[in-house]
Amino acid sequence: MAKVLVVTSGKGGVGKTTSTAAIGAALAKDGKNVVVVDFDVGLRNLDLVMGAERRVVYDLINVVQGDAKLPQALIRDKRVDTLCLLPASQTRDKDALTEEGVSQVMNELREKFDWVICDSPAGIERGATLAMRHADVAIVVTNPEVSSVRDSDRIIGLLDAKTARAEKGERIDKHLLLTRYDPARAERGEMLKTEDVLEILSIPLLGIIPESEEVLKASNLGSPVTISNPLSGPARAYADAAKRLSGETVLLTIPTDRRSLLGRLFMRRAA
Amino acid sequence: MNLLNLFSKRKSAPVARERLQILLAHERTIAGGSDLVAVLREEILAVLKKHVSVDSDKVQVKMERGKAVSTLAVDIEIPTPTEPLSKLERPKVAAAAAAAG
Ligand SMILES: Nc1ncnc2c1ncn2[C@@H]1O[C@H](COP(=O)(O)OP(=O)(O)OP(=O)(O)O)[C@@H](O)[C@H]1O
Ligand SMILES: [Mg+2]
Repeated sequence: MAKVLVVTSGKGGVGKTTSTAAIGAALAKDGKNVVVVDFDVGLRNLDLVMGAERRVVYDLINVVQGDAKLPQALIRDKRVDTLCLLPASQTRDKDALTEEGVSQVMNELREKFDWVICDSPAGIERGATLAMRHADVAIVVTNPEVSSVRDSDRIIGLLDAKTARAEKGERIDKHLLLTRYDPARAERGEMLKTEDVLEILSIPLLGIIPESEEVLKASNLGSPVTISNPLSGPARAYADAAKRLSGETVLLTIPTDRRSLLGRLFMRRAA
Repeated sequence: MNLLNLFSKRKSAPVARERLQILLAHERTIAGGSDLVAVLREEILAVLKKHVSVDSDKVQVKMERGKAVSTLAVDIEIPTPTEPLSKLERPKVAAAAAAAG
């Protein structure tokens, strides 16, 4: 049965779009049919991170308003053929998204895919509540930093109140994804530890994504990090998180970008 | 690194953790109260709708938490009636508005 997953955070710039692309690609590489949906209307970025910015013809708003059929707006990934993107509009504003329209598109997507992954805009306003509206599962992306943790707490409250599932009295699965984590700094007491964040937010942990330069490299290339450099620390962490979403039990580690000396020399020449 | 840092055992992360715990405990009680606010809002709306046509987002209920007592602010906007309300209805609406204010 199809699952709708929202990637949300409240606070901006914590890694929602990066995580949507990386986890979407990881699930698709595992053979699942995946669509990543950009809900960041007016500030779309998922197309860039996925490297599909020049292939956008129609977008979510065109489909919601009936100006395009869903298959016309879906962009199939050139690297992983079970991965699709439904881009957001860059020119319209979020008010063009109607509740019924979104609901209809979500139903249609549920029929075509195993995973429908919604990249939420930042904030707690309409754009964010529309993105979480139909979710069965939520990933709360959090950085180990006070304002991000506080905003995550707000978002968890909204997930329990404003989603269709919550309104029907059903449960919505919430997972914490701790990103931009620096184990060394946490160890030195300079950064909140995983245990601290878990204790404060008290939702189960999906994974810990290390702070890594590989993430910027991947977005420069327009490729989810799980495709561009699957052996890198963040890619392995995202791949494990994707497996956990599918119900597998994977030992939790914080993979790092350790490279051999030869690898490092080679990388330098390639750069 | 300055000398003070060398001697102070206090790391910044435990401070962050403590501040968050205190802050969120407070913010959650406010959010927790919003359930009551939502219920009140729905019921006030239902009562109003029996007598006047009112837009659902024109009824605002706010809870302000104080130490000893909290105050409930109810703000209702109704369209100015085109035909005057019957004498019987008028006092009711006025009473509701007074109670709300
Ligand atoms: N693990 C990481 N290591 C290093 N940089 C990261 C990591 N995760 C994200 N970033 C960087 O942080 C920035 C913000 O990431 P991203 O766009 O994914 O956040 P967002 O939550 O989608 O932002 P917005 O709220 O604006 O939509 C990007 O420059 C990205 O490259
Ligand atoms: Mg984003």
